[in-house]
Amino acid sequence: MSLKLRIWRQADAADKGSMVTYQLQNVSPDMSFLEMLDVLNERLTLDGEDPVAFDHDCREGICGMCSLVINGIPHGPEKATTTCQLHMRHFSDGQTIDIEPWRAAAFPVVKDLVVDRRAFDKIIQAGGYISAPTGSAPDAHATPVPKADADLAFEAATCIGCGACVAACPNGSGMLFTAAKITHLGLMPQGQPERNTRVIDMINAHDEAGFGGCTNTGECTSVCPKGIPLETISRLNKDYRQALRAAS
Amino acid sequence: MTMTDYYTLGDPVADTKAPDGPIETRWERRRFGAKLVNPANKRKLTVLVVGTGLAGGSAAATLGELGYQVKSYCYQDSPRRAHSIAAQGGINAAKNYRNDGDSVHRLFYDTVKGGDFRSRESNVHRLAQISTQIIDQCVAQGVPFAREYGGLLDTRSFGGAQVSRTFYARGQTGQQLLLGAYQALERQIAAGTVTMHDRHEMLELIIVDGRARGIVVRDLVTGEISTEFADAVVLASGGYGNVFFLSTNAKGCNVTASWRAHRKGALFANPCYTQIHPTCIPVSGDHQSKLTLMSESLRNDGRVWVPKAKGDDRVPADIPEDERDYYLERIYPAFGNLVPRDIASRAAKNVCDEGRGVGPGGLGVYLDFAAAIGRLGRDAVEAKYGNLFEMYERITGEDPYSTPMRIYPAVHYTMGGLWVDYDLQSTIPGLFVIGEANFSDHGANRLGASALMQGLADGYFVLPNTIGDYLAAGPFPKLDGENAEVAEARKLVEDRIEKLLSINGDRTVDSIHRELGRIMWEYCGMERTDAGLRKAISEIRELKAEFWQRAKVPGDGEGLNQSLERAGRVADFFELAELMCIDALHREESCGGHFRAESQTEEGEAERDDERFSYVAAWEFGGDLPVLHKEELTFDYVHPSQRSYK
Repeated sequence: MSLKLRIWRQADAADKGSMVTYQLQNVSPDMSFLEMLDVLNERLTLDGEDPVAFDHDCREGICGMCSLVINGIPHGPEKATTTCQLHMRHFSDGQTIDIEPWRAAAFPVVKDLVVDRRAFDKIIQAGGYISAPTGSAPDAHATPVPKADADLAFEAATCIGCGACVAACPNGSGMLFTAAKITHLGLMPQGQPERNTRVIDMINAHDEAGFGGCTNTGECTSVCPKGIPLETISRLNKDYRQALRAAS
Repeated sequence: MTMTDYYTLGDPVADTKAPDGPIETRWERRRFGAKLVNPANKRKLTVLVVGTGLAGGSAAATLGELGYQVKSYCYQDSPRRAHSIAAQGGINAAKNYRNDGDSVHRLFYDTVKGGDFRSRESNVHRLAQISTQIIDQCVAQGVPFAREYGGLLDTRSFGGAQVSRTFYARGQTGQQLLLGAYQALERQIAAGTVTMHDRHEMLELIIVDGRARGIVVRDLVTGEISTEFADAVVLASGGYGNVFFLSTNAKGCNVTASWRAHRKGALFANPCYTQIHPTCIPVSGDHQSKLTLMSESLRNDGRVWVPKAKGDDRVPADIPEDERDYYLERIYPAFGNLVPRDIASRAAKNVCDEGRGVGPGGLGVYLDFAAAIGRLGRDAVEAKYGNLFEMYERITGEDPYSTPMRIYPAVHYTMGGLWVDYDLQSTIPGLFVIGEANFSDHGANRLGASALMQGLADGYFVLPNTIGDYLAAGPFPKLDGENAEVAEARKLVEDRIEKLLSINGDRTVDSIHRELGRIMWEYCGMERTDAGLRKAISEIRELKAEFWQRAKVPGDGEGLNQSLERAGRVADFFELAELMCIDALHREESCGGHFRAESQTEEGEAERDDERFSYVAAWEFGGDLPVLHKEELTFDYVHPSQRSYK
């Protein structure tokens, strides 16, 4: 198939940036979206133009590095699919495809489609862990975990930290990401001692990093490639209220 | 050409750090024998850790907890993205929670046997001992392992073992373990013991007065080259499977950190030991940029088959039971679909070579879940493998609940790596190597669910104990950019970048890398021959020359330039590829993942030659003429035998 690509080009963080149009022929439906961009970049390189910079690594939907807004939707049109797992069979011959970076105050553009997501690491640093220094652990079977809790915790823990939730949110909020970690750790018995401080510290870090507030629009969960449910934000709110009460 | 045209023989090398005596207490005795660093002195010592996967992430976090000043580096935008994250199946541990006859000794035995008697007994035994602590540690961190209804941990069985000792978190065990290590690392970053340098790539090792004292790194965003100093350097930079271009590795995985250390004197051990994973999604076309693994755990319930007749192109549903060949169950009745990876991969290649392969190009075999769905029900199969089935459908557009998966082997893991002693120290004092980047524990073939075990054993428990013995002699004299050795390392990096940018040829780096990959897959893949390897070496040398004349690297060194990053990595892959082929050529035996067509039993199984090759091949850099140093392997506990899974 042949495609008309309109891609965001921005030389560096200081550049203003703009959409640039490219025509691409002979795209196979079996290609992944990123393989299609590889083909474009091969051509740009041979033509002496600057290839399009984009983030990617594992290309199997788990590292969370790929990050494109495709026709206005983070990770594109397929439900629960990262950009790297999106295949060209979902597009049609002659289609125009807009490709843009994540856009959010907390994720400044580095170049073209590459953004800086270190604000997420800051949120984890504030409390997204269980303090268990190496060597200090009791036997793994010392504390059974009800299967239902373990399964729910696992579901929340599958968050890949890609940031699609932030890119989709009209407020640029990182609440789904934060809530996924709060939910995961809050459901584990090992996570109880730090439960109250964790939620307060992580939310403060979230706000300081420049993310917006949550107004329950639900855009985040609809684009989440791992299907992290909106209930995790309810759990976060509950934990937050409980922590504030405990503190007062 | 004779063998001596390819390499020369140097002095033997030996591991002097593992104590003698009963294997059960060697690790304990080594820890007691190792010097300690008092807490006040730890604050004055700096350690650089390159890579943030299971090994590097856990090591940096643990060293930080101990009180060292740690600097951590990764090429990704966050340490959480290291490729350990993609490991699916699980992690082995000799917990014997199942009461099914498992023990530390059995895990040790299985791993030495699985490695086809080409690993060190001391190291493997320590790994088996530490395995149980890893599970405890990860549970304490909140890793959400799969559990049973009583709330206790679930386990499953895996290739190469007859006990159920693999702990898992659905098909995302690597992700969950890595996030555990990442969170521990972020906790130390917040505590100020670790400073993180993401989007940085190590391009050279700095050696001063014979000790590893730092690295030269490039900031991938600004392009700035800087020199970083320390009292010790830890490489946790992963494996080199991407030399094949197509592999299950992440696109950025590379050998550069290891190779730069090798060029500076660190021996590179067993480079030809490559693991070809039997269950990957087949190639779909020339645009293919990487291969995707389907976890080996699928072989617990999936049955592997091809049609009995050559060229049978009916859809699988139309092929009756008695016209199917469940060849693994037929050839290996004792282990069936759970034979180790090297055996399963070669068996798939053999049936495809016979013309019985399925799918486009005949390069695939079926992995069929119909029997499991019939026995357990669709829901149970979905609970175990749901995410893997979804991933398969997303990539191929086929539904594995209703039609068998098509799978084919792909390069997955490299057992070879920088040579290390029992302390995980390389032949350069102060340079430690952990995880997939070293060579130590898996011999010629790694068992499933053992990579996660080794990465975390090295990072959480081994290195933090052994590095103190070296650091006790520090802090070492302060360094600055004026030092001649430092300035030279920096210049090497700057010159190389300039050289890559100035070629300005007419071929893209990827197109040349693909060609290198084809040579490696053809001649240094699942089956290797003397003639093929000689041909490969000469083709690699020609292609390398072409790379330096025709590669086109656009842009400049100032700022983000992904083409430049790739070019530097491919340049190092060329040199590694040559060494891999020379190693494979010199090892005139078959063992584990290294199958030499000249050395097989009448039944077509790998035939080792213990008389001549029971050693680790540790290579010293020598350009076109590397120097071979042999480390003899001795087996006091597990007697070498022909591996049999029949």
